[in-house]
Amino acid sequence: MNESAAIRASRVTYHYGRRKALDELSLSIARGEIFAFLGPNGGGKTTLFRLLSTLIPLQEGDVEILSHDLRRQQAAVRATMGVVFQAPSLDRKLTVRENIRHQGHLYGLSGAELRARESEMLERLALADRAGERVEQLSGGLRRRVELAKGMIHHPRLLLLDEPSTGLDPGARSDLWNYLHMLRDEHGVTVVLTTHLLEEADKADRIGILHEGRLVALDTPDALRATVGGDAITIHTSDPGKLCAAIAAEFGCEPQILDGCVRLEQADGHRWIARLVEAFPGRIESVTLGKPTLEDVFIARTGHRFWQATGDSPAAALAR
Amino acid sequence: MAQLAASPPRSAEVTAPRVRPWLATATLAQREWVRFVRQPNRVFGAIGQPIIFWLLFGAGLGPTFRMNGDAGAQVSYSAYFFPGSLVLILLFTAIFATISIIEDRREGFLQSVLVAPIPRWSMVLGKVAGGSLIALVEGLLFLALGLTLGIPFTAAMLAQIVLLLAVIALALTSLGVVIAWRMDSTQGFHAIMSVFLMPMWLLSGAFFPAPPHVPGMSWIQWGLALVMQANPLTYGVAALRQLTTAADVPLPDGTPHMTTCWIVSLVFAAVMFAIACKMAGQRTAGDML
Repeated sequence: MNESAAIRASRVTYHYGRRKALDELSLSIARGEIFAFLGPNGGGKTTLFRLLSTLIPLQEGDVEILSHDLRRQQAAVRATMGVVFQAPSLDRKLTVRENIRHQGHLYGLSGAELRARESEMLERLALADRAGERVEQLSGGLRRRVELAKGMIHHPRLLLLDEPSTGLDPGARSDLWNYLHMLRDEHGVTVVLTTHLLEEADKADRIGILHEGRLVALDTPDALRATVGGDAITIHTSDPGKLCAAIAAEFGCEPQILDGCVRLEQADGHRWIARLVEAFPGRIESVTLGKPTLEDVFIARTGHRFWQATGDSPAAALAR
Repeated sequence: MAQLAASPPRSAEVTAPRVRPWLATATLAQREWVRFVRQPNRVFGAIGQPIIFWLLFGAGLGPTFRMNGDAGAQVSYSAYFFPGSLVLILLFTAIFATISIIEDRREGFLQSVLVAPIPRWSMVLGKVAGGSLIALVEGLLFLALGLTLGIPFTAAMLAQIVLLLAVIALALTSLGVVIAWRMDSTQGFHAIMSVFLMPMWLLSGAFFPAPPHVPGMSWIQWGLALVMQANPLTYGVAALRQLTTAADVPLPDGTPHMTTCWIVSLVFAAVMFAIACKMAGQRTAGDML
């Protein structure tokens, strides 16, 4: 990893009472990359976000953010980092500009410099014509833009976002990502975000998959997909247990049962389909073949389906 | 820092971390004020009830009120209750201001303040100063009503009153922060208000004078007198009473000396503010939604 990592964590463990929310987490995030922590709810993302944003104190392990020690140089960490929360952090009784101005004051900006930054932020996030409106009158997408303006007012080198797409329609999501890419490309800002959405994590430069407080995968989306053995074949059948055992005996591979289907990962999936259908005539109701997705990566690393682990359906999670 | 230099910044946007606690305090206090002005029901709520209390109790209890036995018959209840009503306004305004901490937490505004590079005392001071300023202005509006009582205000007295109101407001707002900091619902705060804050006000000499120490007093009266003597708010009320009572009008028996009143009020404010800062300085998982 890069000598001057944006974030370097080593053996970070966090307990809520007796429950372990993070378990010996170690990783390094390079400067100027967009990094996504992907995981089901309860996987430890939120705890990690709270630790990195300095909301809760570090219990065990060490974290360095932009060369500052999180435990000893908290003020410096706070000053060099922008934080965008999942829950809105705006004062709804204040106008867009007032919200941004108060934030600027909290970060030590004032006078002409602050006014210039305000205008810059309003311009950059296309909020200039809404500057005088109270936040309570704005839509969810616009509020998120104000949050971003707040988070970036002090020109931080690192932007930390918790579930930034929550509550945004597809258009607003795409705007958000365009903005994050612009921050990375034009200003060299490191962007670190958490998400429980697979398709969102796919847009990041690198992904860390969190499951039960542990980092179970860490790489680029493509590299992670490549680790899954080729194509994913899903077989619907009336008796998955029997078929699974039969396939294992016949071909010497290791199929899994997930959600009442038999699933196996093999290179040259299309050839396997022919072999399977020939070998078990009448026992296969349908077969689907897919390129591996991040969900397949998650399944391969944890043995669980992503949405099972969240205790959530994709539809419910997307609706939130 | 050597590491920072090793990776050249791609833009000129690197700014040195700046911490300006007083700027943070000012901006948070100003926010309190703007929010207050934009919620007219709050403006009315804090001053309306004490005025109604003052008018009703003044009219209702006036005929039967006797201070210091028969000798005090010439003090009207409206005049007696006046400083108490003034403190009630401060109390209500302080309560509204600190309930807003719970709202700030629930609405999410607080979290962005908690991760800002400012010391926690500046955050608490912003809240307390903002709330106290509002309380002070409301108190001064009520004080104008006192002109109807024919209180002869001098400039020196007025200056002392304003200062004292500010100190009491600081104490009460800080106390509110102490109570509200760990709360997650405004219902909880209302409960505390009924069983703690209102009794504290009732037992401050605001509503009735402390029972005099006389032979044969019941143990309930004795306990009441003790609690009232131990209540720091008693001294704020007593000082305000002395500052709003004409020289020829008698004070209730046992009214503490002005110096004592000032010292107790200042210590009360300082201690409450220190506790509020200490509480707000502790980071716990409860800081989040």
